[in-house]
Amino acid sequence: MSVTLSESAAEHVSKFLAKRGKGIGIRLGVKTSGCSGMAYKLEFADAAEPEDVVFDSRGLKVLIDPRSLPYLEGTELDYTKEGLNEGFKFNNPNVKDQCGCGESFNV
Amino acid sequence: MALLQITEPGESTAPHEHRLAVGIDLGTTNSLVATVRSGQAVVLSDEMGRSLLPSVVRYGNDGHVDVGFEAQARQSLDPRNTIVSVKRFMGRGRRDIAHVESMPYDFVDAEGMVKLRTAQGVKSPVEVSADILGNLRVRAEASLGGALTGAVITVPAYFDDAQRQATKDAARLAGLNVLRLLNEPTAAAIAYGLDNGAEGIYAVYDLGGGTFDISILKLAKGIFQVLATGGDSALGGDDFDHRVFCWIIEAAKLSPVSPHDARLLQTRAREAKEYLTVHGEAPISARLASGEFVDVKLTSEIFTEITKTLVQKTLGPTRKALRDAGLSAEDVKGVVMVGGATRMPQVQKAVGEYFGREPLNNLDPDKVVALGAAIQANLLAGNRAAGDDWLLLDVIPLSLGIETMGGLTEKIIPRNSTIPVARAQDFTTFKDGQTAMALHVVQGERELVSDCRSLARFELRGIPPMVAGAARIRVTFQVDADGLLSATAREQTTGHEARIEVKPSYGLTDDEVAAMLKDGFSHATDDAFRRALREAQVEAQRLIEAVQSALKDDAHLLSILERAHVDACIAKLQAVMMGDDRRAIDAAMDALNKGTGEFAARRMNQSVQRALSGKKIEELES
Repeated sequence: MSVTLSESAAEHVSKFLAKRGKGIGIRLGVKTSGCSGMAYKLEFADAAEPEDVVFDSRGLKVLIDPRSLPYLEGTELDYTKEGLNEGFKFNNPNVKDQCGCGESFNV
Repeated sequence: MALLQITEPGESTAPHEHRLAVGIDLGTTNSLVATVRSGQAVVLSDEMGRSLLPSVVRYGNDGHVDVGFEAQARQSLDPRNTIVSVKRFMGRGRRDIAHVESMPYDFVDAEGMVKLRTAQGVKSPVEVSADILGNLRVRAEASLGGALTGAVITVPAYFDDAQRQATKDAARLAGLNVLRLLNEPTAAAIAYGLDNGAEGIYAVYDLGGGTFDISILKLAKGIFQVLATGGDSALGGDDFDHRVFCWIIEAAKLSPVSPHDARLLQTRAREAKEYLTVHGEAPISARLASGEFVDVKLTSEIFTEITKTLVQKTLGPTRKALRDAGLSAEDVKGVVMVGGATRMPQVQKAVGEYFGREPLNNLDPDKVVALGAAIQANLLAGNRAAGDDWLLLDVIPLSLGIETMGGLTEKIIPRNSTIPVARAQDFTTFKDGQTAMALHVVQGERELVSDCRSLARFELRGIPPMVAGAARIRVTFQVDADGLLSATAREQTTGHEARIEVKPSYGLTDDEVAAMLKDGFSHATDDAFRRALREAQVEAQRLIEAVQSALKDDAHLLSILERAHVDACIAKLQAVMMGDDRRAIDAAMDALNKGTGEFAARRMNQSVQRALSGKKIEELES
């Protein structure tokens, strides 16, 4: 199982990285907070930690720390528009339920 | 499912705690809202993909409020209830607004700011602006998927206290938390400066629809500082349209046209101007209501020729702003172009030639201010990346001071001081036993209060009775990061304090600001002379009061003849002190000083004797 980027997500990540002018890829993770227990983390990555698991998707590096990996296995990061809003979305098969807003979830 | 943005390493926010911040360019003609998404500043569009929101609000008879394109579309049908260019009324009294008679509005005289009577009641410019801001807030919240933490709103660099306060009030009324008001040129520089990692002196050349502004900025070690501003409040893209319009009339040999045909030709003129931005020549054709047919070709050579004087007109204020900053064109490292009118190739060329370098124009000149505001808002909301802790410094456009005896201005904060700033100066009482002091806060460059603008008055009471000149009153002026002034006066021995937030009822027009600046320079010699005269007059008055008070206590020390001489000297001084011959005043003061020299010596001896009488030498030596 791996973690991947959709075509649209990859396009936007490359654009944002180019604009930012530095960074080796993006870091995905989960942290324990929020109304349903877990919350996603989505950051630019400037350096890989030794223990990081690194996936290559569409030519981009996706870094994940080993503690977050079990919760993210099989996830596809997508970039979508919903009305005027646009941004990244985690299509995560591990999620059992999530809070109404979807910002935190349970596995 | 909420949509996420990529954050800087370690800056991921907890769910429901996103710091959503926007920058808003609240313009005279159009307004925009922008934000920073995944590290990139972007302008937010409406459902139809339009980024500009016309700054037009219509208060319909049916109780419906239209904002933007909908309001603009009905403008000609309902001019009285459709408010355009409300920014020109912000913080302004009726007599501050030019051409009130020619506007279709029903103005209501109100304390301070002018108001407008509409089908939905009397509206203040603050409420109208709040409706524009509210529309942008709804757009931003729909685009970002949550409530906004705060907003940075841009204002022209020359906006005074009243106009800034009105803008802030409008934002609050629209339910926005104002993180900061930001000067428009500074916002433009942020949009370019940070993106390009620039340092040095930069000029911001802002040619909008109806106004021209030039600002000289210094960017160093991540600090933005506005060194000088200038401009022309009646020069913009519309004037270029008008030149083309006049040319069409001439080229097509038209007789005077009806208002309807004039509107049509003005539209054609604007289209031709825009077409020439990317093409060498623009065909102009129109069928007029008069039956005449217009079919002419405007080449970019002709367009450049007929608008040459307009382009030249922008360089005057540019030269002056550079001079104010003590710089020359060669010192400028880059020129930022702002405003749709800067797209015109001849403007780009003239600016390029004047500064001897290509202007920066790789960002959309209509959006650059909003983008810079968004970057600033993102930082102020706490979404900063490592190494992003830069400061932002702006300047005040006119000196701030207080009135001193004789109607003179004492400047406390000089023009072009960077803000936020706090300056204090000590003042004292003028009369014996004076227990209160009236403070008059003024703005301007001239030496006499009557030539400056009055901002506020307040009083400090409870000064303990002391001889003139003994009390120490510390007056502190503080201008916050939004450019708003508060003044405090504090008597140092008792701690009695009085303070005032300056919210002047009337604002200054930028023409007035420019005129006051010009006055300050051209009257410098004249003012220096008048100041010296006033100072002599105040000094003479002080001297007379001191002598009279001494005479009251110790007149017995003088012979009748001596007394007569002193009285004569006083009379002589009183006679000349209200005139404008400073030499005569100085001479009469000298005469009085000499005439009372012996008297002063006797009084001194008398008080020494009093102090010594009845004491032994030993007591004094111990």
